[in-house]
Amino acid sequence: MLIIGERINGMFKDIGLAIREHDPKPLQEWAVKQKEGGASYLDVNTGPNSEDQTIDLPWMINVVKEVSDLPLAIDTTNYDAMEAALIAYGKPGALINSIGCEQEKIDRVFPMAAKYQADVVCLCINKVGIPKSAEDRVAMAMEFVANAEAYGLQPDNLFIDPIILPVNVAQEHGVEALETIRQIKMISNPPPKTTVGLSNISQKSPFRPLINRTFAVMAMTAGLDSAICDANDEALVDAIATARLILNQDIYCDSYAKVFRQR
Amino acid sequence: MATNMLKERYSGKINTVTIGATKEQGGTRTSTVTVGGDSTMPFLQFEGEMPLKPVVAMEIQDINPNWHPVLNDVYAEVIDNPVAWAKKCVEFGADLIYIKLAGAHPDNGNKSPEDCAKIVKDVLAAVGVPVIVIGCGDEEKDNALLPVVAEAASGENLLIGLAKQDSYKSIAAAAMVHKHKLLAQSPLDINICKQLNILISELGLAPENIIIDPATAALGYGIEYTYSILERGRLGALQGDKMLSMPVICQVGYEAWRAKEACATEEDFPNWGNQAERAILWEAMTASGLLQGGAHIMVLRHPEAVRLFKKNAEQLMIKPEI
Repeated sequence: MLIIGERINGMFKDIGLAIREHDPKPLQEWAVKQKEGGASYLDVNTGPNSEDQTIDLPWMINVVKEVSDLPLAIDTTNYDAMEAALIAYGKPGALINSIGCEQEKIDRVFPMAAKYQADVVCLCINKVGIPKSAEDRVAMAMEFVANAEAYGLQPDNLFIDPIILPVNVAQEHGVEALETIRQIKMISNPPPKTTVGLSNISQKSPFRPLINRTFAVMAMTAGLDSAICDANDEALVDAIATARLILNQDIYCDSYAKVFRQR
Repeated sequence: MATNMLKERYSGKINTVTIGATKEQGGTRTSTVTVGGDSTMPFLQFEGEMPLKPVVAMEIQDINPNWHPVLNDVYAEVIDNPVAWAKKCVEFGADLIYIKLAGAHPDNGNKSPEDCAKIVKDVLAAVGVPVIVIGCGDEEKDNALLPVVAEAASGENLLIGLAKQDSYKSIAAAAMVHKHKLLAQSPLDINICKQLNILISELGLAPENIIIDPATAALGYGIEYTYSILERGRLGALQGDKMLSMPVICQVGYEAWRAKEACATEEDFPNWGNQAERAILWEAMTASGLLQGGAHIMVLRHPEAVRLFKKNAEQLMIKPEI
């Protein structure tokens, strides 16, 4: 499973302030720190307080790109800002984060993904809301895959997110999300990739790190390919590195946890 | 109806590694050897690139090794003289010379590091191909010997070994300081293979300077273990495991020529046929099996096995129309 580092987000105070003052330093420090922690992607998000995302987001992309060669997950639902950020990124391999399962959004974003050779995070959510059953979530995944083909994208250009809800308020959703991941890996060949916003599972619980890493390992067993999470949570990264071994995704060696972080 | 070929897509590839240095590159070689660069499983050229052909290193030693009589027939005139022996191997088509400094072993003459360095220098002066230098196998002696050889051949971009899990520091440091490539050997164990590469990298020698020796087993003596390690390592590398992305060398001659099928005389086993033909085939077959497993450098002894192996490799390198 690949880690999409969540820290470059205007919701965090230091990053919010840095965006307001266009001070590159905190963003660049977190870019380096998250890579050292074990991140394979860096999520970049202005947070809710940006006055103009079409200016702030490309600025963020540029300053992060200066210090890190990791691919970036561009995190916004403002698709004008998304396009400006993709232009600033200027190379294939970005991750568009994200769209819901609504035709007009798909029609706006998939052509952009094809044009800039980016992958897309697709959320199993539509205007009605988040479906409860795995079956309804997988139906949305299939809708995304069918659309991908129409726009010249491969199924594995999609990172489908079954949507994770907090275990303390929506306990029955956890198993459905896991089942969704399992089934998504069977709907096409190659199958779509899968992703989750990991920390959603532990919202408002006093045991967040424990719940996060337990769910991460369970979801990996179901076929999870990536998660937006805290790349500097050492116990989480150790658990992911260990689960990769047991799933035979990495070849064992005594320094495996360290090597995983150097990927 | 047109069929769509299902092809694997890989994210990683094998490192490209050059052994030897020409005058312009700071050495004295007239040719260099570059191996690796593969981005597919062996010879599946419809799925990826295999840009460089496999190569043969022919083995010599600094003292008469008392080899198999069939090998003695070929090398009788040169076997006491490493310089003449090396030249002979180049005539036989060796892409590299592999010299084992067996005479440095305390039980085998205990040659001084300086004497060994001189032999290596003499061989370098006599042939233009790149050279692989291996210690005598005595850990303590090799730790003293190999740094001296590495320094004497500074600039030549040797492949020098063996680095092993319990003894890699002094030789890896010597390779790093004097800019040679390092031969890292693990005992038929993919986990130790990977760990050793990590340990060497942590010392400061970049992974791009390492060649893997996974330990070779001959046909009939566990070749399938070597094969499966080659396969596992290659799959790991293609999936992006940087600590398994090194090209591979297989020491075939040593293993094949001590197999019963090579050593048994026709007198004792009349049904097995001519001993010389059989022994040569045993070496060639072991090499061709490991070639299909993904090895890049084959260390061989008999010129006829070299010829057969090269012919086989050439045929496999032809890109199929798929």
